[in-house]
Amino acid sequence: MISKPPDRSRYRLWPPSTGVLAGLGVTGLVLAGVAGAFAYTVGLLSPGALTQTRIVDRFQAVNGIHPGFRRNHAKGVCVTGTFAGNGAGARLSRAAVFGSGAVPVVGRFAVGIGKPFLPDTGAEVRSLALSFRPASGGEWRTGMNDIPVFPVNTADGFYGLLAASAADPATGKPDPAQMTAFLGTHPETARALGLIKARPVSSGFADARYNGLNAFRFVDSSGASTPVRWSMVALDPFVAQVPPSGAAREPNYLFDGLVARLQQGPLRYRLVITVGQPGDPTNDATLPWPAGREEIDAGTLTLDHVEAEGPGNCRDINYDPLVLPDGIATSNDPLLSARSAAYSVSFTRRAGEPKTPSEVQVPARPPATPGVPATGG
Amino acid sequence: MDTPRFALFSRLLHWLMALMILAMLFIGIGMVASLADYHWLLSIHRPLGIAILALVAVRLVNRQLNPPPPLPADMPPVLRFAAHASHVALYALMLAVPLVGWAMLSAGRLPVVLYGGLELPPIVPQDVMLYAWLRAAHTALALALFATFLLHLAAALMHGLVFRDGVFASMASLRARRGTPGRPG
Repeated sequence: MISKPPDRSRYRLWPPSTGVLAGLGVTGLVLAGVAGAFAYTVGLLSPGALTQTRIVDRFQAVNGIHPGFRRNHAKGVCVTGTFAGNGAGARLSRAAVFGSGAVPVVGRFAVGIGKPFLPDTGAEVRSLALSFRPASGGEWRTGMNDIPVFPVNTADGFYGLLAASAADPATGKPDPAQMTAFLGTHPETARALGLIKARPVSSGFADARYNGLNAFRFVDSSGASTPVRWSMVALDPFVAQVPPSGAAREPNYLFDGLVARLQQGPLRYRLVITVGQPGDPTNDATLPWPAGREEIDAGTLTLDHVEAEGPGNCRDINYDPLVLPDGIATSNDPLLSARSAAYSVSFTRRAGEPKTPSEVQVPARPPATPGVPATGG
Repeated sequence: MDTPRFALFSRLLHWLMALMILAMLFIGIGMVASLADYHWLLSIHRPLGIAILALVAVRLVNRQLNPPPPLPADMPPVLRFAAHASHVALYALMLAVPLVGWAMLSAGRLPVVLYGGLELPPIVPQDVMLYAWLRAAHTALALALFATFLLHLAAALMHGLVFRDGVFASMASLRARRGTPGRPG
């Protein structure tokens, strides 16, 4: 009699048959392929590539780590107010902000330095970041600087300039040889720095012109898109900067001046949209557009309140230049996506860190009519 | 042999979501290491994540209406447990990753733009510390989802190529009918 062989479970892997080995082999290969593709996408296999993490790391290497503060434009103060569109922008953009009517705005004045406690010198780039919040949704955030062009046109250029202009630990000053070497390979930066140095510098934050620098696209209700750049132009008359001598200078004199100016009354700026023509560069923030381009006055920004950075105000906003409403779109400028990516890393790091009060504090507003008792008598 | 299969709608949902989730994991991990492609990847990431969240809800309902076919009767208890546990983990992560992403943007006061003017409201109040915590959780949970997906893929291939027990075919079949229930193998 021939006994029936014992029923071997199909779930038994040992001892392995040829079929089991082949199946395991294919499974392993497929898994290795998927995991390998994932590692490639993470960047594990291209450690030399420039990433948002490396950009923010370099900011920290150059400036040190200041927990809770932005990795750049670290010293600033919060403002609020409204933007009143006049309807003129609606010709080119369907964004709600360009209709008529007041839109609440949360803004921040700052200096373009990665150290939050550095005394003001008058040599720093001043910035104005704004978040427009129409009631119907479609928030618009923008960061603008008081320079006519940006010094670099790529993220790699930015990364290189950051190192080339960093203070040498031995001398405490940037190494001129590093800068010369960088400019030798980046003529666009040499040209742009020439324009930046030649700009008229205002006496303070209040009377400056803030430029968006990157090109964007306005999209109208029919879907047609127009290249644009924008600026906030002070209604306060421009007064050229006369830096006080070092001894007479208060450490926060630029910010103190802004607070004092705001205590006299609201600040106003015109939103000027510069309309690009076909052929105007939209992918190179180092290049100004030709003079004489059409300018649209799209409305007036009124800032009437200033306060120190704190929970829930401008401190906690990531002024990501690509938080855009329907009707404003990014351009082919590579800096925009790179800025958005790096801002996100900076925001995430500082969000999770303990917070220190800002160097810029806003004193309580003095009585409007000194000498008269507050009770009115 | 006419083996039991998932309902056709279940199979459609499964493969559609498999594609979406795999794409999503690659988009998510790719965009945080890319300067040039960050913005356009992010503009896909948000609506795709919300679509996945909506489809998970559809799937949970569908699972009640069209229960999965039984596992083969001779499948060892250890493998049965692994199968059930990994499916619980998959569903939990498919829900958690997009929800945490949505909450994270809310806490960071970042608009949840789906497309054009279409936006979702915030689901938690603004709080940057909470944002930082949820941001880290979003990555950790997404990596856990990727690991669970790899296990799921390995198990599917093992069922199809090594065990040959009809489990792989119950999801991979192109035939419209559900097959004969109670006849595994």
